[in-house]
Amino acid sequence: MEEIYAKFVSQKISKTRWRPLPPGSLQTAETFATGSWDNEENYVSLWSIGDFGNLDSDGGFEGDHQLLCDIRHHGDVMDLQFFDQERIVTASSTGCVTVFLHHPNNQTLSVNQQWTTAHYHAGPGSPSYSSAPCTGVVCNNPEIVTVGEDGRINLFRADHKEALRTIDNADSSTLHAVTFLRTPEILTVNSIGQLKIWDFRQQGNEPSQILSLTGDRVPLHCVDRHPNQQHVVATGGQDGMLSIWDVRQGTMPVSLLKAHEAEMWEVHFHPSNPDHLFTCSEDGSLWHWDASTDVPEKSSLFHQGGRSSTFLSHSISNQANVHQSVISSWLSTDPAKDRIEITSLLPSRSLSVNSLDVLGPCLVCGTDAEAIYVTRHLFS
Amino acid sequence: MEELDGEPAVTVVPGVNSKKNQMCFDWGPGEMLVCETSFSKKEKSEMVPSCPFIYIIRKDVDVYSQILRKLFNESHGIFLGLQRIDEELTGKSRKSQLVRVSKNYRSVIRACMEEMHQVAIAAKDPASGRQFSSQVSILSAMELIWNLCEILFIEVAPAGHLLLHLLDWVRLHVCEVDSLSADVLGSENPSNHDSFWNLVTILVLQGRLDEARQMLSKEADASPASAGICRIMGDLMRTMPILSPGNTQTLTELELKWQHWHEECERYLQDSTFATNPHLESLLKIMLGDEAALLEQKELLSNWYHFLVTRLLYSNPTVKPIDLHYYAQSSLDLFLGGESSPEPLDNILLAAFEFDIHQVIKECSIALSNWWFVAHLTDLLDHCKLLQSHNLYFGSNMREFLLLEYASGLFAHPSLWQLGVDYFDYCPKLGRVSLELHIERIPLNTEQKALKVLRICEQRQMTEQVRSICKILAMKAVRNNRLGSALSWSIRAKDAAFATLVSDRFLRDYCERGCFSDLDLIDNLGPAMMLSDRLTFLGKYREFHRMYGEKRFADAASLLLSLMTSRIAPRSFWMTLLTDALPLLEQKQVIFSAEQTYELMRCLEDLTSRRPVHGESDIQQLQDEDIETTKVEMLRLALARNLARAIIREGSLEGS
Repeated sequence: MEEIYAKFVSQKISKTRWRPLPPGSLQTAETFATGSWDNEENYVSLWSIGDFGNLDSDGGFEGDHQLLCDIRHHGDVMDLQFFDQERIVTASSTGCVTVFLHHPNNQTLSVNQQWTTAHYHAGPGSPSYSSAPCTGVVCNNPEIVTVGEDGRINLFRADHKEALRTIDNADSSTLHAVTFLRTPEILTVNSIGQLKIWDFRQQGNEPSQILSLTGDRVPLHCVDRHPNQQHVVATGGQDGMLSIWDVRQGTMPVSLLKAHEAEMWEVHFHPSNPDHLFTCSEDGSLWHWDASTDVPEKSSLFHQGGRSSTFLSHSISNQANVHQSVISSWLSTDPAKDRIEITSLLPSRSLSVNSLDVLGPCLVCGTDAEAIYVTRHLFS
Repeated sequence: MEELDGEPAVTVVPGVNSKKNQMCFDWGPGEMLVCETSFSKKEKSEMVPSCPFIYIIRKDVDVYSQILRKLFNESHGIFLGLQRIDEELTGKSRKSQLVRVSKNYRSVIRACMEEMHQVAIAAKDPASGRQFSSQVSILSAMELIWNLCEILFIEVAPAGHLLLHLLDWVRLHVCEVDSLSADVLGSENPSNHDSFWNLVTILVLQGRLDEARQMLSKEADASPASAGICRIMGDLMRTMPILSPGNTQTLTELELKWQHWHEECERYLQDSTFATNPHLESLLKIMLGDEAALLEQKELLSNWYHFLVTRLLYSNPTVKPIDLHYYAQSSLDLFLGGESSPEPLDNILLAAFEFDIHQVIKECSIALSNWWFVAHLTDLLDHCKLLQSHNLYFGSNMREFLLLEYASGLFAHPSLWQLGVDYFDYCPKLGRVSLELHIERIPLNTEQKALKVLRICEQRQMTEQVRSICKILAMKAVRNNRLGSALSWSIRAKDAAFATLVSDRFLRDYCERGCFSDLDLIDNLGPAMMLSDRLTFLGKYREFHRMYGEKRFADAASLLLSLMTSRIAPRSFWMTLLTDALPLLEQKQVIFSAEQTYELMRCLEDLTSRRPVHGESDIQQLQDEDIETTKVEMLRLALARNLARAIIREGSLEGS
């Protein structure tokens, strides 16, 4: 990875997200949003990696990302998602969920909508509410789902003032992340190593399915669903393990892959090239996992990643009779046949890489060392 | 105690009238709390309502600069890289590594300086513009000092090469010449430009003789009259012997050649070759190292260290490092000429020329407003093995002392604390203790932040801190009625007492509501259940409920009994357990064997016989006791009936 640009931004970055491209567009990504945390004043910022005419023709700053606009955010930005081209949804440590609107004409951001007490603790026997951090948000236009440390799940619609649905005490522990499985089902991960599937068609506050890591109850911090095969889910845990799950069968992960040395904060399948997976961690590393099996012999196996990746697979079914093209390369459990090549993308390790996002050939990540890294040539 | 090196600066706290009221203060790790006391200086006073504020006095204000944050973050990476440089590495490769690190540090300072400069230009109000500009000059002074230290202490350039480095140093920091050069060359007729001769002089002063020659050729083209003498001057410039990095000639050879060239220049002066052109004449004098001629160019030299380097270039180009201090002192004296006294920067540079590292660091610590510079420079010099012998009187060496100061400053900042951790790691004596003290004081507003702090503690086996953080989070969760979370945290902290407390809360809630909350957690406790007896009981009791729900009555019954006989169940809960046994006793088939029934009966008797007798009792208590008595009666009846059935069944089974 020769072309990775770093920029120090004087704020600890908690989230980075590419702005989605308009459907059918042939452009590459050029705008991303970031959220900061643990500053006295936190910001949601929009950045551009596009070229500004001749401004950068001197070559020095080519590829560097420039700030388009920013707006103050009350509390830490715990999660951030693009709702559509113009709108950004953020989750705050104050329990507030905010929709920001970007005005491309004058390059400003404004608050479009806000649910101030989306997440809160009800004290024992007292009517007083104290706010609880909202830890995760996921959007599927027009719906927004949020989860929090209060174990609550909220379903909002962008055009509704009130929550459409709230599941109180959905979880006894902290919910760390949420993603859509297939509408209207969502998937949450919590701090005792459980994956829960919720179906909004069902009333009551019981999940429709619980999957869990056995034994040690290692907290799960992130979850992502395979973009094409909706039953394949990847999660990352406190011990840095990457788990691949098949939610159709079993209550245990299909495979556990030894990865980072500390908390895995985010995992993302590549949206259009899902044989590639990206993870980042508290230990300051950012990894690219390549499970495409079309390369017959990989000589430089596990290079740069430095650590060998051990399969601790639980064979769940005999998949030999399933046509090879149908099953995902992530579910095949023959370690000898399918190898995963791991590449470390960041040059030197220091503080936590809190967030990453991939879109097309572009990758962006943000760190506690107050740097944003961008590359536009992921597969070169 | 050592003596004070200067008067401590007075900080005025705005809004506090220290003449009228007494003040009190308390030290924090990186800052100080100050407030007015309600005591008045006059002996009796009518309790004047004093200032209601508590002030926080911070000592390292630069930490709060947005732009300097980039310096802190970027240099943090370089610092870590430096600590990881292999100790085994020796000689040339080690030196080149250290020089590279030093250059990295400097490039970060420069980047920061440039950004600060941009901000200063763009600043809307003059006050903040001035503030940024002063920051720029501080950064530029820092870079200047660092660069000199790099040349003298890290590169340790030998005679000859030393001057080349010093020339580069001066060229880098007296850079107005480039804009002037562009200005002059851009004009229609360069040699007629007002500053033409100034430019040529500066180029000569900086030893950029090739550029100076090109300029002279322009003059020669413009005025044919002086073309001849310009060519002679050009030839002199061209033939000046210099040490080029790739050249293999020895120092003696160079000295010989140089002496020869010098005599040639001298001859031209004696012949008055350039008498017609005063500009060229003065250039020649400069090239002869004539101090008076040099001092005439004070304006263009702009500072004494430029004077020093130019003077050396044209009078003693093969100066040895050891002789530098003599030239430095005399250059400073000559340049200032008794008109003004040296400033802190001058003293620092002078100390560097004297190779007095400790003096450099001391003066920098006093003059600069932050610890960043001295901490990083000292650390780097320490890696060059230059500071080994110096121990301070309070236990740690100077490197560690300065790193601790810097890291404490970072910890005082609401978001830079993460950087501080790594600095503490590399302080062998007091780093760990300092980290322990600081890390506990980080406010934990979200679990994610807590996890990051926990990770730091766990990586360093700081068990006491891990326990305390988990306890804080568990307490918070209990206060927020999040029992599941609280239990998770106390399990992580392996805090048996707190797990017991939370388990009790679960059991109490169960008694009140008749159902369990947070089943997802309790059903998945696994081995963590063994943390405390009460937690084991909670898990097992829940297991009993699950068995009962699944209609595995026999298993449920023996589990229930074992909970009491093994004394895992708290005595206060026995009545509930016995009541739970009631429906099992009333089942159609016999579940409790005769022996088990005896056990149950013993438990019941045990419980009733030890019941405390209340002296005075109100109506409520009487009612409660009434209910209790009824319960006991019912239990006794059920147990007796079950015993009868069990005996019959067992007897008939054995009989058959």
